[in-house]
Amino acid sequence: MKIDQYKCVACGNCIPVCPVGAIYIDPVAGRAQVNQDECVECHTCYRGMSKEHLWPPMVRAVRRVARAFRFRFDPEPDICPTDALTPQELAWPRIVRRAFSDPLVPHESTGLHGRGTAEVKTNDVTGRVKEGEAGFVIEFGRPGVGARFREIQEMTKALAALGVEFEKKNPVTSLMTDPAKGLVREDILNEKILSAIVEVKVGLEQVPEILKTVRRVSRGLETVVAVGVSTRCDADGSERLSAVLAAEGYPAYRGKTNLGLGRMSVEAAR
Amino acid sequence: MTNTLHRFSEHYAFEPKPSARPIENDFIVFAMATRDVNDDNLVEKYRTFARLALAHNPVNLGDATKGGIYRPDQALNPLAHWRRDDRPDPARVVQGLDGHTTLAAVFRTREDMEGFVRDLKQADLGVSINISAPVDAAAACCKAAGLARHSVEFSLGFQGRVERLPDRSVLEIGTMCGHGMVSHTLVRKLIDWVKEGRRTPAQATRYLARFCTCGVFNPTRAEELFEQTRTGGS
Repeated sequence: MKIDQYKCVACGNCIPVCPVGAIYIDPVAGRAQVNQDECVECHTCYRGMSKEHLWPPMVRAVRRVARAFRFRFDPEPDICPTDALTPQELAWPRIVRRAFSDPLVPHESTGLHGRGTAEVKTNDVTGRVKEGEAGFVIEFGRPGVGARFREIQEMTKALAALGVEFEKKNPVTSLMTDPAKGLVREDILNEKILSAIVEVKVGLEQVPEILKTVRRVSRGLETVVAVGVSTRCDADGSERLSAVLAAEGYPAYRGKTNLGLGRMSVEAAR
Repeated sequence: MTNTLHRFSEHYAFEPKPSARPIENDFIVFAMATRDVNDDNLVEKYRTFARLALAHNPVNLGDATKGGIYRPDQALNPLAHWRRDDRPDPARVVQGLDGHTTLAAVFRTREDMEGFVRDLKQADLGVSINISAPVDAAAACCKAAGLARHSVEFSLGFQGRVERLPDRSVLEIGTMCGHGMVSHTLVRKLIDWVKEGRRTPAQATRYLARFCTCGVFNPTRAEELFEQTRTGGS
């Protein structure tokens, strides 16, 4: 993201709006700037702020007069008065920042929006996670911290060493050069993104080992890690996973429950 | 929709207390189709989902590709600073449905969610339907609707550099947009503004809801949390 230096009036409204704190006022230029190394190209500022299209010299003049009298204007905090936020054309490898940070951009590898993963949400029609299995969803950078692929690779290497298989229909897996070793493409390792999800599937008996590994590796990272784990229920709707999680000392208070109402349509079956 | 999985509450405190209060005002039901499996006549299926949801008092309704019932405005005039039209617009969500997306409805009470799930069972849309809420509440809802849970995914909370996260009030409000579009810095600023009397909890909530691009932000819960923090309550 860039900020048009003619249009910007340094009102500062966009500064708290940035999820990773990449926008600041340059005291010399007297305009807002974006720290390009920290910006994750999520487009939150551009898309989420409402806009006016006021004439920048007029707004600057009004602000100068108000400042001279120490008046504090109390504007709406989510408006860019001069439409100064300007998306930029992104080239490889920077383009992966937007793919993993802007939920409105579908991932090429899966065709899905958001983080590009279906997980257990469509398990009733895909059968991705079966009875006796656990599907791990390990997310980096969330909430509001961001992560670099170099950190994500630390986790994928540790998981690969346990012999797990990474979910093939997953945007991070699609960027791996050697899934057996958990290696991610070299040219994106320094790219910062708002969040990304690594998915693996194991037997229920392997859950404690995966949890311990994730916790150990997480301690050495510079970001936060959010973990979700799923399973297929029995015919009566019960499951064995929550007991394993309780034994390992993890809260399992909140979750997603697939109601089993999905089915293959007649047309698709044909 | 992992974006609804990790909503922070006392249960996920880094040192959780056993007496954490249950969450009783935040229940999400969402629909998701799978390509070439059950996506025929998809727009009509999603419109039916939305129509059924609207009969059960949702506090938000969101199309993950276009937004919820509160959206930013690309061409405001300066009078907006004094008189801004910030009414919710559910009809816009329904009209905008045009294909693959995740469609979500957010409810304030378990009764509303249960009524909606019963209607969905009867409508038999054929797309995958999920509840994102406390697991026990979802299980009770399934039982009441005569459904056996197919699969379940648990949130295990946050680990790693948790000292980089903000305080509890900010996390409880900010994580209601799991995509991270609701900036923690903006939440902090609005908590301060509400405390200073510069904005009401309802106004602060609407600013934030506009940033959530898939409409799963719960304005009712946010308003209650702003009200709690206004007086320093917890």
